[in-house]
Amino acid sequence: MSSENLEEFQQDVRSWIDENLPADLRVGNRKDLPGGSLGKWIKAVTSKGWVTPQWPTEYGGGNLDRKQAAILMKELKAVRAPIISSFGTSMLGPTLLEFGTDEQKEEFLPAISRHEVKWCQGYSEPGAGSDLASLQTRAVKEGDEYVITGQKIWTTGADKADWIFCLVRTDPEAPKHEGITFILFPMHQEGVEVSPLTLIDGSAEFSQVFFNGARAKASHVVGPVNGGWTVAKRLLQHERTTDGGSEGGITGALKETLTDIVKREIGLKDGVLADPTLRQRLAAQELEARGLSLTMRRAGEELRSGQAGRDIGSLGKYRWANMVKNEQDLAMAAMGTQGLGWSGPGFEDTQLERTRAWLTTRADSIWGGTNEVQMNVIAKRVLKIPE
Amino acid sequence: MGLILTEDQTILREMAKSFFEEKSPVERMRKLRDSRDETGFSRALWKEMGELGWLGILFPEAVGGAEMGYGELGIILSEAGRVLAPEPFVSTVLLGGNAILLGGTEPLQKELLPDLCTGDRLVSLAFQEQGRFSPYSIEASASRDGDSYRISGRKSFVLDGHVSDQIVTLARTAGSADEREGLSLFVVDANSPGITIERAEMLDGRNAASISFANVAVDASRVLGEPDHGADILDAVFDRAIVGLSAEMLGSFEEAFERTLEYLKTREQFGVKIGTFQGLRHRAAHMFGELEFARSIVRDAQSAIDDGRDDIAECASGAKARCSDVAQLIGGEAIQMHGGIGMTDEEEIGLFFKRLKAAEITLGDAIYHRDRFASLRGY
Ligand SMILES: Cc1cc2nc3c(=O)[nH]c(=O)nc-3n(C[C@H](O)[C@H](O)[C@H](O)COP(=O)(O)OP(=O)(O)OC[C@H]3O[C@@H](n4cnc5c(N)ncnc54)[C@H](O)[C@@H]3O)c2cc1C
Ligand SMILES: Cc1cc2nc3c(=O)[nH]c(=O)nc-3n(C[C@H](O)[C@H](O)[C@H](O)COP(=O)(O)OP(=O)(O)OC[C@H]3O[C@@H](n4cnc5c(N)ncnc54)[C@H](O)[C@@H]3O)c2cc1C
Repeated sequence: MSSENLEEFQQDVRSWIDENLPADLRVGNRKDLPGGSLGKWIKAVTSKGWVTPQWPTEYGGGNLDRKQAAILMKELKAVRAPIISSFGTSMLGPTLLEFGTDEQKEEFLPAISRHEVKWCQGYSEPGAGSDLASLQTRAVKEGDEYVITGQKIWTTGADKADWIFCLVRTDPEAPKHEGITFILFPMHQEGVEVSPLTLIDGSAEFSQVFFNGARAKASHVVGPVNGGWTVAKRLLQHERTTDGGSEGGITGALKETLTDIVKREIGLKDGVLADPTLRQRLAAQELEARGLSLTMRRAGEELRSGQAGRDIGSLGKYRWANMVKNEQDLAMAAMGTQGLGWSGPGFEDTQLERTRAWLTTRADSIWGGTNEVQMNVIAKRVLKIPE
Repeated sequence: MGLILTEDQTILREMAKSFFEEKSPVERMRKLRDSRDETGFSRALWKEMGELGWLGILFPEAVGGAEMGYGELGIILSEAGRVLAPEPFVSTVLLGGNAILLGGTEPLQKELLPDLCTGDRLVSLAFQEQGRFSPYSIEASASRDGDSYRISGRKSFVLDGHVSDQIVTLARTAGSADEREGLSLFVVDANSPGITIERAEMLDGRNAASISFANVAVDASRVLGEPDHGADILDAVFDRAIVGLSAEMLGSFEEAFERTLEYLKTREQFGVKIGTFQGLRHRAAHMFGELEFARSIVRDAQSAIDDGRDDIAECASGAKARCSDVAQLIGGEAIQMHGGIGMTDEEEIGLFFKRLKAAEITLGDAIYHRDRFASLRGY
């Protein structure tokens, strides 16, 4: 698209946002957004196909090109609009677009882009975390169905999900990477039992999921039977490059920026933060955040210009995790005992929220491949150090 | 300007890379050091770079420059950094030349810059008086005497001060030590009566002089910027110089990292390549991340200057802070991962380690620049 047309598009986006985004939603991806406004907003965004802006219209997408989609995202972020995203939009959808049959695309994609069907990710098992390929959940073919037995764990949103995309073992005799199948099936059926887990931050968004004769249609296998590992890995790539607003354990926007909270808690003396060590650490944190966002931007430019850049997906994931964790560490340091509140009087909302965020963000270096696993990937694939 | 090289810049990088590889392998720097060469670098090579237009990259065409930017200069500096070329980019181009460019009157620029661009004139900046970087802690003084000033005081760590033709000198014309106001910059001829220059060799094989000024006369027309407001020029010069120096550091630690990576892939202990040990693999991955972040931050600081953005100071201090941290990390890990061999003078990795330390400290380390960054960010 020409730059003139892009400018026009940008203007259109702006006026559309002005018309459709109420003031009470212009606060970022917070968890406590007013339901009524949010419902209307979701309807407005989905009717444009802008939850999945680059998907084709026939699947409920917005049919935008890459540049337009980038403009849309920039404009939405500029006014701190809530970004509507889900396991369906950020992980399963892109994977289906690449590996799904036409029937699968028609059946599942429109409902994802309309934000109507909730998905969850059935990868991890008690015995298969980082070593995902050692998963044991079995699927046995019976007629045109598979019967599934086994257990998943850490399944985010399983208690609210309508469907699951799941890794199952279809050939127990084959080497471990070669007997895995990627399959879709509904959660609301006999043979699926969900048991929520409470995490250290007090939330219960994760579950153990038990399968005892759950059923999946054979036509809902994505990619080849026993060839699910390739599909699974591809989906993980999408997971790793997701930022902000996905369901995968990411904290939503907080009420107060880190810099503001540190300034407020510590105070300025002659315009300078009263604690010189925290001041150094805050500056380092700001630079880390810049380093990350500039590096991601640079990677995008490299990709678009066709310059051979190095794959920094793994780098971005683990550095991002460290950055958000360190942000909460600094907030905790600044708050002192005011950061130790759980409930009851004596604590500001902004403080309680930070404390929970400090706990929640510990997960960011675990989900989607732990930091250690990302570093293994960098050493092997990017730096090409033989194992 | 984007964060990646343009096509022209890529061509420039290829040129610079083969130039330095061919004419300036690391051994050259070692020979200059070991022979205690009286210049400390090669004037002939410097002039060759002048002919290629590299010394004039920053300067206007009217004085023989190429009128390009820090994106281009950064490419040359990074490639020079990869081979530890000791030529006087920092002193003559980034500090002295920039001071004249940013603060000099037109006649002064016309007088001094053309020769600087060809490599025939060397200029240094004399500001520092104590060990830790503290640019306004200046006691050297200059007092008005008719149409001229008289400068007295002592300066240390004047990079390449032993061979420079002009010494841009920072002295106090008003106020008291540590005050930003009351500083002035003078272009002083190095052979002026009253100047004593003592050359000192630094740990990285480069040279920095101690210079004393005893009632040295300098004409009032050779003041850069406004008298008493020299710090305005000085700050702008430092911002640009640290962005340039950061690019040089980037080249040096990238090379040190690549050599170390190669060592991990070749050295065997316990019957396997040492690169198979996870304790080393993860540290290599960490260094890679640090390197990539530094590259992005440096590139952004270059565009801040080249695009005339209003956050130059912030980006410049950010770049120097990050590069200083990474210099320490990669320099240190490079020695460590080379084991005993890394401790020897014969192995080149130690030369990188020492240059990186010098560059880290020069013009303010990470602690200094994070502090400044914080002030600029309003906390
Ligand atoms: C908030 C959150 C949300 C999640 N959501 C989902 C979800 O929706 N669906 C889903 O399927 N899963 C989900 N997970 C699970 C997640 O993918 C796993 O927790 C993760 O893959 C790690 O597996 P594990 O917990 O079994 O740890 P383990 O693999 O047992 O790891 C334990 C420790 O050993 C380290 N380690 C393991 N292998 C290596 C190695 N080769 N080298 C060095 N160190 C190693 C790890 O880094 C870690 O520190 C979620 C997890 C969290 C925390
Ligand atoms: C100043 C100095 C004095 C010395 N004096 C003596 C002396 O008097 N007598 C004497 O006999 N020797 C002496 N040595 C040698 C010293 O003991 C060796 O340098 C040391 O054992 C390391 O061996 P290397 O140099 O071969 O390094 P390498 O073993 O090749 O190590 C290279 C890198 O790989 C790492 N590495 C190696 N194996 C592993 C592993 N399994 N897991 C993780 N990382 C690993 C190392 O930690 C190092 O970072 C001296 C060395 C120095 C520097």
